[in-house]
Amino acid sequence: MQALYAQLLVGLINGSFYALLSLGLAVIFGMLNIINFAHGALYMMGAFCAYFLLNIAGIGYWPALIIAPILVGIFGMILERTMLQRLAGLDHLYGLLLTFGIALIVQGVFQNYFGSSGLPYAIPEELRGGINLGFMFLPIYRGWVVVFSLVVCLATWYLIEKTRLGANLRAATENPTLVRAFGINVPRMITLTYGLGVGLAALAGVLSAPINQVRPLMGADLIIVVFAVVVIGGMGSILGSIITGFSLGVIEGLTKYFYPEASNTVVFVLMVLVLLVKPAGLTGRAA
Amino acid sequence: MSAMTDDTLPVTPRAMRDEMLVFAAMAVLLGLVPLTDIYPFFVMQALCFALLACAFNLLIGYGGLLSFGHAMFLGTAGYCSAHALKVWGFTPELGILVGVAASGALSVVTGYISIRRQGIYFSMITLALSQLLYFIYLQAPFTHGEDGIQGIPQGYLFGIFNLAQPIVLYYVVLAGFLGGFLLIFRAINSPFGEVLKAIRENEPRAVSLGYKTDQYKLLAFILSGTIAGFAGSLKVFVAQNASLTDVHWTMSGEIVLMTLVGGLGTVFGPVVGAFVIIAMQHNLAGFGQWVLVIQGVIFVACVLTFRRGIVGEIGHYLKRSL
Amino acid sequence: MKHRISALFLGTALALAAGSALAQDKNVKIGVLTDNSGLYSDLGGAGSSLAAQMAVEDSGLAAKGWKIEIISADHQNKPDIATTIARQWIDVDKVDIFVDVLNSGVALAVNNLVTEKNVVMINTGAATSDLTNAKCSPNTIHWVYDTYMLANSTGQALVKAGGDSWYFLTADYAFGHALERDTAAVVTKSGGKVLGTVRHPLNSSDFSSFLLQAQASKAKIVGMANAGGDTTNTIKQASEFGIVAGGQKLAGLLLFINDVHSLGLKVAQGLSFTETFYWDLNDGTRAFSKRFSERMKNKAMPSMVQAGVYSGLVHYFKTIDAMGGNPRDGVKVVAKMKEMPTDDPLFGKGTIRVDGRKLHPAYLFEVKKPAESKGPWDYYKLIGTTPADQAFRPLSESVCPLVKK
Repeated sequence: MQALYAQLLVGLINGSFYALLSLGLAVIFGMLNIINFAHGALYMMGAFCAYFLLNIAGIGYWPALIIAPILVGIFGMILERTMLQRLAGLDHLYGLLLTFGIALIVQGVFQNYFGSSGLPYAIPEELRGGINLGFMFLPIYRGWVVVFSLVVCLATWYLIEKTRLGANLRAATENPTLVRAFGINVPRMITLTYGLGVGLAALAGVLSAPINQVRPLMGADLIIVVFAVVVIGGMGSILGSIITGFSLGVIEGLTKYFYPEASNTVVFVLMVLVLLVKPAGLTGRAA
Repeated sequence: MSAMTDDTLPVTPRAMRDEMLVFAAMAVLLGLVPLTDIYPFFVMQALCFALLACAFNLLIGYGGLLSFGHAMFLGTAGYCSAHALKVWGFTPELGILVGVAASGALSVVTGYISIRRQGIYFSMITLALSQLLYFIYLQAPFTHGEDGIQGIPQGYLFGIFNLAQPIVLYYVVLAGFLGGFLLIFRAINSPFGEVLKAIRENEPRAVSLGYKTDQYKLLAFILSGTIAGFAGSLKVFVAQNASLTDVHWTMSGEIVLMTLVGGLGTVFGPVVGAFVIIAMQHNLAGFGQWVLVIQGVIFVACVLTFRRGIVGEIGHYLKRSL
Repeated sequence: MKHRISALFLGTALALAAGSALAQDKNVKIGVLTDNSGLYSDLGGAGSSLAAQMAVEDSGLAAKGWKIEIISADHQNKPDIATTIARQWIDVDKVDIFVDVLNSGVALAVNNLVTEKNVVMINTGAATSDLTNAKCSPNTIHWVYDTYMLANSTGQALVKAGGDSWYFLTADYAFGHALERDTAAVVTKSGGKVLGTVRHPLNSSDFSSFLLQAQASKAKIVGMANAGGDTTNTIKQASEFGIVAGGQKLAGLLLFINDVHSLGLKVAQGLSFTETFYWDLNDGTRAFSKRFSERMKNKAMPSMVQAGVYSGLVHYFKTIDAMGGNPRDGVKVVAKMKEMPTDDPLFGKGTIRVDGRKLHPAYLFEVKKPAESKGPWDYYKLIGTTPADQAFRPLSESVCPLVKK
């Protein structure tokens, strides 16, 4: 039983990354109607950004937690302005193809300069060590990841669902022409939204840097799992994608304990089951 | 969905005749390859991918469904054929049959699941399904994990044709390619193809006309997956191995890229695209690390400025559908 | 002018024709087939090409009239790309010998091809022991290491040192299973006990669940039957979960100096694993490694794979020089290579067995604590040596058809 608690907690940690990433995808999808295939690559850039900040500029983890998402967010906004915007009015699948190409470029360039073995990024001094919870040894840093990403997720949900800015945003999704008539700069709003979604990915990257090696391909396989998470949860609701992210992390964690052989397929199998029972996803509207 | 393909050109008998002429020219040119200095293994490999891309194109070009998981058919057929040939000692024709049957069965199941959603969701679901299969093949003992199935015997096709001889193998692969291509061509120009196009353009309207659109889409998916599998089985004889590469998502991406470069929804685009991309990989192997970056750049460039693809642009310029 | 050129042409052609009729063919082409961009690029990659280059320069064959050319390509860890490149190298570019060829899948594919086309492969990078067992070939020599040796050396030495209870963390695919099976056999044979095993998916990013299970087993040794990024991630997260601090010891079954370099000593300290080459072993290895490192872009010390490329080619050059020319016959060259004892500054004196296995000692290393390290790349303490004749799979267990019983 003790081991079970431990696995539940560990699953929650992975769930945090799924939640942050699928949240970012949902935010972008809501506004731009595209699936951002480059999300995994941008997540990786976030981690690399933290690495550079530390090793070149001597800027530590805490400032990196803010600076890296902003820098990568700006990079994302440049992408949106120079490329994605040109796809307005075309089939949304072009957005998928474009961002897939961007992901290949970004990952390839990083791989070329930094190899594949990964670069070390130490856990910040304040969060080292662990607590013995009785049923498990919990590294403090992992606990921090869960708490912090939960806060960020809820803050994002609040921003979009409860503030005036969020209201404008949602309105612009429903009817851009009308919102524009109210004097709101819709293209700028789209750019900012993309930046926000990308920033969330980068933030997840910074959070994962001390846990995983900082590797050029760290986001490549993860993003496909997140896609499955998104299909399961549906992208209709912000809260839905957060909850699905966390709960799938937990389910995956349990699988690792009971039947580890299936732990990397369980999310996909769940996706199949959900599609068979409820094609629109658990919380989503039909596309 | 109409934006994905250039359909401003009507399909007329003249267009049909044009296409048959181009087809004949292509068949003759490819038939002459062994007389030239061109390295036959390169062309064989390209032909397998060309057929694969054509199968993929059937879905996106005529069904409006962008599959991001077509590598699963390639890989499944490859593994099954390879296993049948090597372990069970099947003859080449039976080996191919096993591979095609396996990919056909797989396409029935995956098609049933994935056509429940459209557009971007469909792409994500096919991607996730192929990743699921990737993990299964990674762990299944018969695929030998990362080592793959190696040293597959080529044998004698129908007991007569010695496939170990490059020239014989070349013509067998060419025949397979042309056969598969004609099958797709036939399907596109049949009433079935017309209904598919109608669904792509306006699904609700097709439904209101009484078409069971899901059944048409499923049928297209099965046809596409099975032909993709046939390409995978042929490839086993050329490469003499079956490996995880063929099931990985990067392979699915390459298939999309080939078709995009050649021209989505054009008849000959996937063939041209496959040759361009394979030639590129071939000549840039020395640049190894940059191949992925270059592919990415081509993706971006195609989407931003060159959406019709090579054949699409030519066709547009000539005002013909190719 | 035109006449003179064609006369010159004719002259050269005649001279060439006469040359080949009278003297031996002294052209050799080396193909470095490696991973230039992927997971193993630090292990082989550009360093392998450099090692080949250095072997050519040090051989002194150019002065004896040999013309040696090196070409290299990235196989991207894909067997099908590798076979396409290799086939073209043999058919079109007339490559005589393949070196490096890391990645087991790629190695097995190329192994088939070199046998079919009768050229030589000196494999220095692949782990699979099948290359000299079930899949052995008269054209292939497996130079540096293999899974059997790694399992054997690490398992035996650690049990001897008191690590008699093991828990395995195994990558769930053929390679991981083989590594686990071989090691478990050695552990049991040496008097140790295997308490359990957990199989993790390949390329996992998160090992915490598995590590918790390893921790709960209370085994003295946690054996990592995985490779590459999986191993480094396991090590990193093990330090986070206090596995080593809690008194358990981590044993890597396939780990290289580049992995330690990328992990940093703080995380990697205390790890034990086997290699057959370390730059700081003796004067010979130090001298070579210093020259090597100066020419590397990132000043890295040679890995055992790269060292193997050098060592293997040194022996190859000696052999063809002794044969007086390039016979363009892989089986013949390899047979001759097996006849001659090997000797080079990196791996010392050794032999090549009938099944194509190069024999040399295996060294068990422990990674130093940060305080013990005197500088960059000073990473290992030697804690045990398995002699050449005991390190590898004995011929009595071999199923290689080349071994006559």
